[in-house]
Amino acid sequence: MIEFSLDSRSGVSPYLQVVHQVRRALRLGLLVEGDQLPTVKDVVASLAINPNTVLKAYRELERDGLVAARPGVGTFVTRTLADSSLAAHEPLRRDLARWLGQARSAGLDEESIEALFMSTFRDVNEDIA
Amino acid sequence: MIWLTWRQCRTQFIAVYGLVAAACVWLAVTGPALARLARRNENVYDLLTSNDRLLFNGGIAVLAVAPAVIGIFWGAPLVARELETGTYRLAWNQSVTRGRWLAVKLGFAVLSTAVAVGILTLAITWWAQPIDGATGSQRGSLASRLTPISFAMRGIVPVGYAVFALLLGTLIGLLVRRSVPAMALTLAVYVVVQIAVPLWVRPHLVPATTTSMVISHSTLDGIGLDGSGTLTITTHAERGDWVLSNETVDAQGRAAALPSWFSSCLPPPPAAGQPNGKAAVSQDHGTLDACLARLTDEGFRQRVVYQPRDHFWPLQWAETGLYLAASVVLGGLSFWWTRRRLS
Amino acid sequence: MSAIVTARGLGKQYRRRWALQDCSLEVPVGRVTGLVGPNGAGKTTLLSLMVGILTPTVGTIEVCGGRPAADASQLAKVGFVAQDTPTYAGLTVADHLRLGAHLNPRWDDAAAHRRVERLGLDPHQKAGQLSGGQRAQLALTLGLAKRPELLILDEPVASLDPLARREFLQVLMEAVAEDEISVLLSSHVVSDLERVCDHVVVLVDSQVRVAGDVEELLATHHRLSGPRREPSTLPADQQVVWASHTDRQSTYVVRTRSPILDPAWSVSALGLEDLVLAYMEGPASVTPASTGLEVLR
Repeated sequence: MIEFSLDSRSGVSPYLQVVHQVRRALRLGLLVEGDQLPTVKDVVASLAINPNTVLKAYRELERDGLVAARPGVGTFVTRTLADSSLAAHEPLRRDLARWLGQARSAGLDEESIEALFMSTFRDVNEDIA
Repeated sequence: MIWLTWRQCRTQFIAVYGLVAAACVWLAVTGPALARLARRNENVYDLLTSNDRLLFNGGIAVLAVAPAVIGIFWGAPLVARELETGTYRLAWNQSVTRGRWLAVKLGFAVLSTAVAVGILTLAITWWAQPIDGATGSQRGSLASRLTPISFAMRGIVPVGYAVFALLLGTLIGLLVRRSVPAMALTLAVYVVVQIAVPLWVRPHLVPATTTSMVISHSTLDGIGLDGSGTLTITTHAERGDWVLSNETVDAQGRAAALPSWFSSCLPPPPAAGQPNGKAAVSQDHGTLDACLARLTDEGFRQRVVYQPRDHFWPLQWAETGLYLAASVVLGGLSFWWTRRRLS
Repeated sequence: MSAIVTARGLGKQYRRRWALQDCSLEVPVGRVTGLVGPNGAGKTTLLSLMVGILTPTVGTIEVCGGRPAADASQLAKVGFVAQDTPTYAGLTVADHLRLGAHLNPRWDDAAAHRRVERLGLDPHQKAGQLSGGQRAQLALTLGLAKRPELLILDEPVASLDPLARREFLQVLMEAVAEDEISVLLSSHVVSDLERVCDHVVVLVDSQVRVAGDVEELLATHHRLSGPRREPSTLPADQQVVWASHTDRQSTYVVRTRSPILDPAWSVSALGLEDLVLAYMEGPASVTPASTGLEVLR
């Protein structure tokens, strides 16, 4: 059973934090198929957050096909993200390392690299959306 | 609600009934001996020990103080304490309406008080009955039960007083919202009422008897000087009556001062060590009788307004009824204020 | 979604002073609603009116479909934890539970005792000897065990230390998850509200400045920062909540559903605390009519 934590200063909404933490756990193999997610009541009792927040997170995960709710029993993992583990994307990682090297040679410092990456990332995501 | 009321005033209840029980025990122990004494002797007063007299006056004191104490320490904080500490915000959110809440609290307090004071009064009345108004051969006496001080501590009026004090305290506490100021104010108002009623109200609760009597040697009780230095005459009153006024009236029935020639009828003034004393009817009957006869001829009579001793119970019922009626009014106001006006 | 509390033109006058004036709001059912505002805004007065401890001078208020404190069944529907969590200092914890059991028809005695046990409260200890946090938990237990439809809390954690505060909110949230009650809690500590509330009402000077689901509010409010500009030059669909100017720069907090396309602005999101502050400080000319009554139907 995993445990959630909440960073109230991160600016990320609580329900997204829960979603991210579940996804990360799936990716790292902390959660595997068939595992039960903590009940809403338990999450809420330890984090002191609104139950609707947890429900919303679990619903989104269900929409993504990662978990399934069994009424009266709980919410269970149906699919892992392990096959999206980083190891499977070695070529991408190498490309990224090469790009970073190029950015460095062009004279960009860390902040500029990050800013460039984030703005491009957002633009691309918006185009997709 | 009954459980809560009991739980909240458990201490008061036990204290009151504990004291009542203790008092009753003491009275039961000393009572029969006293009764035996009174039955055998005319001038039982002389035979009373200082202990008995202490108990008699003590009994009066206890009954004088008990209603006020109950009113102050039970009544005033009844609602005021909840308002003061803020616990009314807890109490009034339980599934019981304000009206019912007050009704149970007040009802319990009134019932407990009435019973406790009733028992106490009964016990003291029973104990004092043989010696009420006992006189001694040398003019010492205990207050008869009709006189204001004793009257208030006999029969059933103390119950009326106690209930009244309780409801007075509750209403004042409700209005003032603070326990301690409410206690002080309740005491003040209660004292004022207790002075005013015997003075102005009680004499008229049951119509008094008025008699007009001839002033003669046999009826004359004494001749004295009143506050402003004029001579006054008083006549005998029956033992146990409550004399309201005892004054000389002229032929037209108006209160009048004694005629100027009367002062020459008097025996020589008493010795220097007895100022303002009533001049006892002296050996010198002759001149005095002639003077009294002349007074009578000139139309002077003595008018006595009094409550005869057999008015004791009617007066008791009337006054108790009065106080209970006042209590009902106070209670009604308390309810109205709690439900409508409080906040 | 319907409203569990509806107030229209509500006002309360004390002698000469109006503690609350012309207040209209709706509290949605099934949510945890936070009532936030500066001290003296009338929060306690409003909550007391909802519970029936005060009666309105003008206006109407309807709670759980009835008039507050009208009768015993109405009182049973609403639980209340008043400010400073009043308890009877002379009564023990167990006595308080008996009090609840005797005076409430829907009292869940088993749950109450379970909760007291879990909290580690000694049943024979007098309430006056409990710590602030423990007293608050006791008051919360009393409020929850009567199984109300709506639980109202007036600044329940204001005077508690951080641990006690966290524990209180944990218990409260667990109860909401279990029992599906609606909760209305007032606070001026916005960070607590952010974790716990999904609906928020900002009350300033008896007026509702804004009310709505927290998520929706956060999504539609933005902070714009850029060269100095007058509010009138902003597009009509951007409602100005707050503005601050220096000689060269303007910063606005606006509310809008449409995207912000003007490249001159640097746009950033607001946290709930900043959003509430903006409404609390902002010009009173922000009309409540457009911001209030945001209950989604």
